[in-house]
Amino acid sequence: MYLTKEEEKTLEGEYGETLRKAIEILVALGDIYGADSLIPVKSAQIAGVSYKTIGDAGLEWISDLKGKARIPAILNPAGMDMMRWQEMGIEPEFARKQQEIVNAYENLGIRTKCTCTPYYLEGFDAGCGDHLAWSESSAVCYANSVIGARTNREGGPSALSAALVGKTANYGYHLDEMREPVMAVTVDLELSGADYGALGYVAGKVIGNRVPIFYLKGKPSGDELKSLGAALAASGAVALYHVEGITPEAIRSKFERPDENLTIEREQILEVYKSETECKEEQETDIITVGCPHCSPGELKDIANLLAGKSVRKETWICTSREIAGRYPDLVRSIEKSGAKVVCDTCMVVSPATNNYRCMMVNSGKALAYVPSMCGVASRYGSIEQCIREAVQDES
Amino acid sequence: MRVNCRKISRGVAEGQVLLTREAISFLGNVDPKTGVIVEPKHELFGQCIKDRVLVFPHGKGSTVGSYVLYQLIKNNVAPAAMINSESEPIVAVGAIISGIPLVDRMEQDPFKFLKDGDTVRVDGTSGVVETFE
Repeated sequence: MYLTKEEEKTLEGEYGETLRKAIEILVALGDIYGADSLIPVKSAQIAGVSYKTIGDAGLEWISDLKGKARIPAILNPAGMDMMRWQEMGIEPEFARKQQEIVNAYENLGIRTKCTCTPYYLEGFDAGCGDHLAWSESSAVCYANSVIGARTNREGGPSALSAALVGKTANYGYHLDEMREPVMAVTVDLELSGADYGALGYVAGKVIGNRVPIFYLKGKPSGDELKSLGAALAASGAVALYHVEGITPEAIRSKFERPDENLTIEREQILEVYKSETECKEEQETDIITVGCPHCSPGELKDIANLLAGKSVRKETWICTSREIAGRYPDLVRSIEKSGAKVVCDTCMVVSPATNNYRCMMVNSGKALAYVPSMCGVASRYGSIEQCIREAVQDES
Repeated sequence: MRVNCRKISRGVAEGQVLLTREAISFLGNVDPKTGVIVEPKHELFGQCIKDRVLVFPHGKGSTVGSYVLYQLIKNNVAPAAMINSESEPIVAVGAIISGIPLVDRMEQDPFKFLKDGDTVRVDGTSGVVETFE
């Protein structure tokens, strides 16, 4: 792998031990995947934030580093709302450790906003062809597919290294040839809202880690594409997908239709709404969670409208980023008037507070893929309208 | 005998070989406090990896395994060095953040010419494994 003089000096330790290790990680990954060089990245998003995920091992490592991020860098969701953790039922000991992790990242010049949707935030906008070093699987999928930017699914340490060095190794989804679709997915149905999450949940299992191109009937919105990609990345390991006539690279590159085809039928989508992953039929939903990935302003507005004049009778979390919640205080007030909580910095998948419940209703294919296995909490699936109806116990 | 290999994590260390043909998931398979393999289904079950030159095909499992290597070094129970057939990011990143020398792609198959207890020197800076007869 070719290194510039400056990069060589960094690798020799001329700029200190933290930067030496950071670039050693980038070079090692570059060697493993056959990269020719390091390339500058516009921003980094760092996984490995929840104390539930990285534990004391991760905390120790991050606390020992010394340096400052050279590019805008942000964090993945943490294990709790950093301000209202008590209301979520988080133990004080967990909260203390979680705060230590976030402080350690802050000392490295990382912005301590914790979200899986950095693309909604100031300073993290990206354009078609921009190189990034992002970690969280749904954010990676959105950046590659919906924005047309270029990023691999970075691990925590490699994304942090990219933030400190300002570069990443040039391999995988940074290269044109790795971005071409290798299989087609045909869906000859009108889909809307949570149908896209259900589609991703079903198709991801078959696609695995390949690059698909979807041939859809309708025109999915940005929020719908977000749900589709998040589910594809969770039930499979998809980091990039195209939608014929919709996503930027599909429009620009006019890909040929791949030979291999997967057709998804209506019954398969409906099956997801019926599947009650380990939820016994008679078992009552005791929590409703929305916002996986974190809600956009548009989604918050829809939820506020659905909840207007109503009161929730069950624990209800609406997850979003603190920045978006701060930008729309009226929407937050309106949602919380119903008794639902607008939860920031975290989500139902990475927070240990999820374990206080037994059966969760979600409108996210990603949450449906992870909550039963990672949190041991049974889950059922519904559209946003069904979720809100369940929350307010409206039988109509 | 000196055998060339690819360097992944820098540093030089010497130790006795502990070899397995099974992949290792550091999160779950290894106790970070003692360095003992605690997965009953693993062929190294019950063995301690402290100060050994751990030879295994590659890592697997959760990426948090990288941090477990860091805990092992902090607790003074880490392997002295590691040799893989083909390194993947979990072990590569874990080795680098912990300062454990790691090499892979040896010019001779380590599973053929190394055996448990052999003393070897792993040079992760220049990419050489040295054995002593």
